[in-house]
Amino acid sequence: MSDIHIDGLTKQFDDVTAVDDISLDIDSGEFLVFVGPSGCGKSTTLRMIAGLESITSGELRIGERRVNELAPKERSIAMVFQNYALYPHMTGAENMKFGMKSVSDYTDDEIDERVREAAEILDIPELLERKPKELSGGERQRVAIGRAIVREPDVFLLDEPLSNLDAKLRVQMRAELLQLHREIDATTLYVTHDQTEAMTLGDRVAVLNDGQIEQVDPPQVLYDYPATRFVAEFIGSPAMNVVPIELHGDGDGVSARHEAFDLPLPDAGDLAGHSGGASLGVRPEDVSLARNVDGERWTFEAEVSVTEPLGESLLLHCLIGDDEIHVKAEARSEINAGDVIELGVDEERLHVFDESGDAIYHSSPRERTAEDVETRAEH
Amino acid sequence: MATSSTSESTLARLLPEDVDAEQAVIHGGLVLSIFLMGLPLLLALIMSTQNTTEVYQVTNVGIGSEGLSNYGTVLGEYNFGQYMINSVVMSIIIVVGKVTLSLFAALALVYYRFPYERAVFMFILLTLLLPVPVRIVPLFDLMARLGWGNTLMAITGPYIASATAVFLFRQHFMAIPASLVENAHLDGVGPLTFLWKVLIPMSKGMIAGVSVITFIYAWNQYLWPLIIMTDQSKQVVQVGLRFLQAASQSGLTRWGIIMAGAVIALLPPLAVLIVLHKPLLETLAIQQK
Repeated sequence: MSDIHIDGLTKQFDDVTAVDDISLDIDSGEFLVFVGPSGCGKSTTLRMIAGLESITSGELRIGERRVNELAPKERSIAMVFQNYALYPHMTGAENMKFGMKSVSDYTDDEIDERVREAAEILDIPELLERKPKELSGGERQRVAIGRAIVREPDVFLLDEPLSNLDAKLRVQMRAELLQLHREIDATTLYVTHDQTEAMTLGDRVAVLNDGQIEQVDPPQVLYDYPATRFVAEFIGSPAMNVVPIELHGDGDGVSARHEAFDLPLPDAGDLAGHSGGASLGVRPEDVSLARNVDGERWTFEAEVSVTEPLGESLLLHCLIGDDEIHVKAEARSEINAGDVIELGVDEERLHVFDESGDAIYHSSPRERTAEDVETRAEH
Repeated sequence: MATSSTSESTLARLLPEDVDAEQAVIHGGLVLSIFLMGLPLLLALIMSTQNTTEVYQVTNVGIGSEGLSNYGTVLGEYNFGQYMINSVVMSIIIVVGKVTLSLFAALALVYYRFPYERAVFMFILLTLLLPVPVRIVPLFDLMARLGWGNTLMAITGPYIASATAVFLFRQHFMAIPASLVENAHLDGVGPLTFLWKVLIPMSKGMIAGVSVITFIYAWNQYLWPLIIMTDQSKQVVQVGLRFLQAASQSGLTRWGIIMAGAVIALLPPLAVLIVLHKPLLETLAIQQK
């Protein structure tokens, strides 16, 4: 178990900067997820930590040691790959043992014992004598994880380990990974492009875009208080609605003006200095049919263009002016395409982003909830 | 087959009325072409049992009066057994040498980053334009200077380096997921251990395929051994066949004996081919990509 300190980490491939000056401290025993679209540099970051890619500049420390120049086997890490990286001609046990001699001083008996223990933890003793082609995808990934466990590393690195599994198995393996993390308690870095995976697994989630970290926070904070428009749109499904607005300040406060509405922003003192172009963000579940909200201060009209029944809710694609927003209405609502409906928003859940994409306003102050989350995490 | 239904037994579907004319023509054509392709071999087998007079009777295509005695003559009087041993030794050395060298070369090309890697690979491929027959004169000169003339080194050495084998191994290695190498890298497994414990076991089929191709290629070498080997007892079997031709009977070439020699010379590559035909087919399939 070790903490990890990343300071100004940069990776340059010829004329492409894959990772651009990332700094991050990861606590000992933490489960941190890197998430982002393809090409955002999340895998490259992980591979630099593993030692598979050289570091162009910046410093990487695992525990107290600077590891920039250390060979992978000296970093006390173990990695699980997306395609499992099992040797096809070796059995599960042989796969787990291969290379153990060079990373450790264990005797054969000790290695056998550890392989048995790892197999117990992962519930795969019966798979040890089988070759990869006789295993299903989930079983292969278990063996691959077992191979990482027997090394008893300080840091676990997982590079999209569930991406090759089918949806149902993915959900199951997700839960197993969490349980495993609790049992072995190693610092874990996990790379994924799937925001659901990131939200469910991470103690904290680092959202990357274009080689830079957009935001690092616990999942709920990330969801409630996106620091940038990119995070707002990337986290959550269906994605947050973001529409262009004009900020307009007068004596009574600040309001967000759109061709279809003029929305007064509550407690928008911080925005007094801003005026002009910005974007308003509101999640689909924070928009509701006006008739369902008592004492709604204001409402606006929208035309439904498409309805998508999701089962537990009905997703409406609505046109307001030239912009489309998504609204989650309750299932079985009698709404059809072409209807004009009256919508209201949850005023506690509004976000405003400036033209560069940074969040300049959340309608409920972040501090309170952030503390709540921290208290919750301590339990 | 059009009239068959699932209720009919397999036997019923094999009955003649199901054989349509088109299929019959196709099969007839196929059988004929196989017969034509196999004809030289068939004739060789027949002639190897005939005496010289019978061979020259063009219409006589039955088993000849010599039976297997031509084979005895070839092996006994003409020292053919020695040529066979020489050829086997030469071919095995070439196969082992070529496969080993090519594996190392492909390992270097795929798993090491060095300057002008692509240019080096291209250069290796360019050597395909210069097979041994083209290089015979300078090669002869080289062997003479090295003092390798008339030695086993002379008939094996020039064949050890092979662009084809390097190319095949390189393509095969490149198809192996990079994460396998990276995984070994994380454990600090060295390149030779990786080659021995991972790459070679994963390339068994390819190695077997290259070995078959190489064995047959080496076995069939004629011109270079003919030139460089002056000692008849060290000569290889293909040149040995040529010696048989010199033996004539009242001005007539003894084709029966030559054919018996040819059939004997055919056996080792045939055996290798039969044993390793499966990996060979896999190799050729990859080559076509």
